[in-house]
Amino acid sequence: MKQLVAFPQLGNYFNPIRKLITNTTHLKVIEMPKITKETISLGSKNSPDTVCVPFKYNLGNFIEALNKGATVLFQAGGGCRYRYYAEVQETILKDLGYNFTMYQIMEKDHLRFNELYSTMLKLNPYLTRRKLIKEIISTLIYIYYLDNIDIYIRKRVGFEKNKDSFKKIKDNFIKKANKENSIIKLTRLYHKAKKELRKVEINKPKDTLKVGIIGELYTAMEPFATYELEKLLASYNIEIKRFTNLSYLLWQKKLMTWFMKFKVRKYCKYTLGADGLDNVYRVYWLKKHKYDGIIHTKPTGCTPEIGAMPIIMNIAKDNNMPIIFLSFDEQTGVEGLNTRIEAFYDLLKIKKEEENGSKSRN
Amino acid sequence: MKIGLPKALLYYHYAPLWKAFFNELNVKVIESDNTTLKTLILGKEKSIDESCLALKIYLGHIEELKDKCDYILIPRIYSLTKSEQVCTNFNALYDIVRNTFPDIKILNYNIDIKHHHSEKSGFIKIGKELGFSIIESLEAYNKAKEIEKDYYKNEEKKAKEELRSNKTKILLLGHPYILNDNLIGKNITNYLEKNNISIIYSYQIPRDLIDFNCSKISTKIHFTMNKELLSAFNYFKDKVDGTIILTAFPCGPDSLSNEMIIRKRKKHPTISLTFEDLTNNTAVITRLESFLDMLKGGIHL
Repeated sequence: MKQLVAFPQLGNYFNPIRKLITNTTHLKVIEMPKITKETISLGSKNSPDTVCVPFKYNLGNFIEALNKGATVLFQAGGGCRYRYYAEVQETILKDLGYNFTMYQIMEKDHLRFNELYSTMLKLNPYLTRRKLIKEIISTLIYIYYLDNIDIYIRKRVGFEKNKDSFKKIKDNFIKKANKENSIIKLTRLYHKAKKELRKVEINKPKDTLKVGIIGELYTAMEPFATYELEKLLASYNIEIKRFTNLSYLLWQKKLMTWFMKFKVRKYCKYTLGADGLDNVYRVYWLKKHKYDGIIHTKPTGCTPEIGAMPIIMNIAKDNNMPIIFLSFDEQTGVEGLNTRIEAFYDLLKIKKEEENGSKSRN
Repeated sequence: MKIGLPKALLYYHYAPLWKAFFNELNVKVIESDNTTLKTLILGKEKSIDESCLALKIYLGHIEELKDKCDYILIPRIYSLTKSEQVCTNFNALYDIVRNTFPDIKILNYNIDIKHHHSEKSGFIKIGKELGFSIIESLEAYNKAKEIEKDYYKNEEKKAKEELRSNKTKILLLGHPYILNDNLIGKNITNYLEKNNISIIYSYQIPRDLIDFNCSKISTKIHFTMNKELLSAFNYFKDKVDGTIILTAFPCGPDSLSNEMIIRKRKKHPTISLTFEDLTNNTAVITRLESFLDMLKGGIHL
C-alpha cells in the first residue's frame, strides 16, 4: 500500500510544500480540508491546556489527516516552543492509538540540507542529492513568487472594483504552477500573473489609512487563526502591510538580524528570542514609512512576544504610533474582534483627520 | 559600591557563583528581601498581564531593590550548550528590565554558547566594568566556580540523606526559582515538613546524570532548564513515593514538558499544581491534603 503524507496547514503554503514532497518522494499528499471549528475543538481536547494555540491547530490538523488515512506526518521546528512540538504531538497521537511515523525537519535551530536529505532518503531510497537540490530551489522560488503576489494583492485588495478579481488570478497561478516542474516556465507564469494583476482596476482614494500587521508568525500566516483579520481590514478600505511570510523566515531574517539590532539599539541590546527583535524593528520601520497604525497579533501565552511587548509598547510610545494588541485563543467568537477593530479604525481616522486639519490651517 | 541581586529567577541558579565572585573581588553585595505579597503587587504594576508569575515577581524585586544599590546584576542567557536553548524570557530579560526601568544602572553579561559568548568572558566583562583587571576577575571567577561546584555537591548529598530516611518521601519538581520562592514554594515545603514528610528537590539531581536520564523521557527537548526537570523525574521516580509538579502560570517550556512527564509517568502518583496571582493558599493546601491521603493508601470505605 502506498503511504499517505500529511503536514500541518499554513495558509497558501500547502501547495509549494506538497509539490516538494510529491516530486522528491513520489508519495501522495492528502488534500487537507480547510481549518474549521471542528479542527480546533479536536486539537484543544487532546492538548495540554496552557500550551499556545498553534499547537492545538496543528494537532487538530494531524488528527483529521490520520482519520483520512495518513501514515507519514511532517512537522517543522523553530526558535521557541515550536521546536519541541513534534515530539509531544507524536506522544499524544500515539497515546490516542494512531499508527504512523513522524518526521521532523529542522530539528536544530535552522534548516540543514543534510538533515533534510537523510529524512527524505528514508521515504525514497532512490533520491539523489542533485534531484533534491533542484526541487528545493524550485520550491523556494515558488514560495518567493507566491509571497510577492500576496504582497501586491494585500496592498490593493481593499479597493478592487470587481470583487474577487485578485483572488481569481492568484488561484489560477497556483493551479498552473502546481503542475509546472521547470523553473523557467514557473518564472514565465509568475510574470504573466503579475501582468494580469496590474490590469485589475482599482478605485483607491488619495489618503487611505495604512496599517501594519506585526506579531507572531502563525497568527500572521494562517488566516483562520486570526478569523481572517486581513479580510476584515480590507472591508474597511485599509491598506495592509504584513511582514512575516515564509520567504522572510527562511532566508531574509538571517540576513537582516544584525541590521535590525543596529537600528533599534536604543531599545534592544540583544535578540529577544523568536521574532521579538523583528517586531521591535518593524515599529520603527512603519513609523519611518508613515503608516497610521499597528496591529500586533499573537496567540495567548506566546512567550517570546510577551517578552517583546513591553519593548514594543515603549518604542511605539516614543514614536507616537497607535498600536493595538490582539491575543487569539481557541475560542471562535468573531464579534469581540470586530468591535475592537472598528474602534481602532475610528481612532486612526480621527487622528488622521486632525493631522490633516492642522496642516491645512497652517 | 554596592551590587544588588534580585532574589528571583536566575538568583536561584547562580547565587553561589555570584556571591563568591563578588566576595573574592571585595565588592559589597545586597540581596533583596524574601518575596512577599507586596513584591508581587509591585511587580504586577510594572509588567504586562500575560507575563509569567516568576517574571512579575522578578520585576517586583527590582522595584524594591533599585534605590538601595548602585548596580543591579541582570544576566542575559540565550544558550547554555551549543544545540540547546532556554526560555525566551531569559533571552529578553535584560531588555525588558531596561525598558520598564529606564533610570537604573544595570550590570550585564551575556551567555550565548552558540554564538561564542561564554560565561567566563561574561564575568571578565563585569570585572572590567567594575574596574578590575582581567587576571583579577579570572582568578575570582575560577575560585567562585569551585565554590559553586561544592554547593551542588552538597545539595546532592542532602538528597541522598533524605532518601535514606524512613519517612514518606516526595519529589518536588519545578524550577528552583519556583520551589525556593517565599511566596510560592515555601508554603508547600512548610506544609509538607509539618506533616513529617521528607522532601527531595528536582535540582538536587547529580549533574553528570542529567543527559542520560533525560533521554529516557524525551530525546528532542531543547530547553536546558527543563532537561533538569525531566531527568530528575526519571532519576528519583523509583526512589520516592510521590511527585508534586509546581509550575508558574503561564510557563512556556513547562506546558509541554509537564505533558511529557504526565504521559510517561506510568503508575507513579503525580500531582500538578499551577500558580497564578495568589492571595491565599487554602485551595493548594486542600489539594495537597488529599494527595497525601492518597499516598497513605487512600480512604477505604
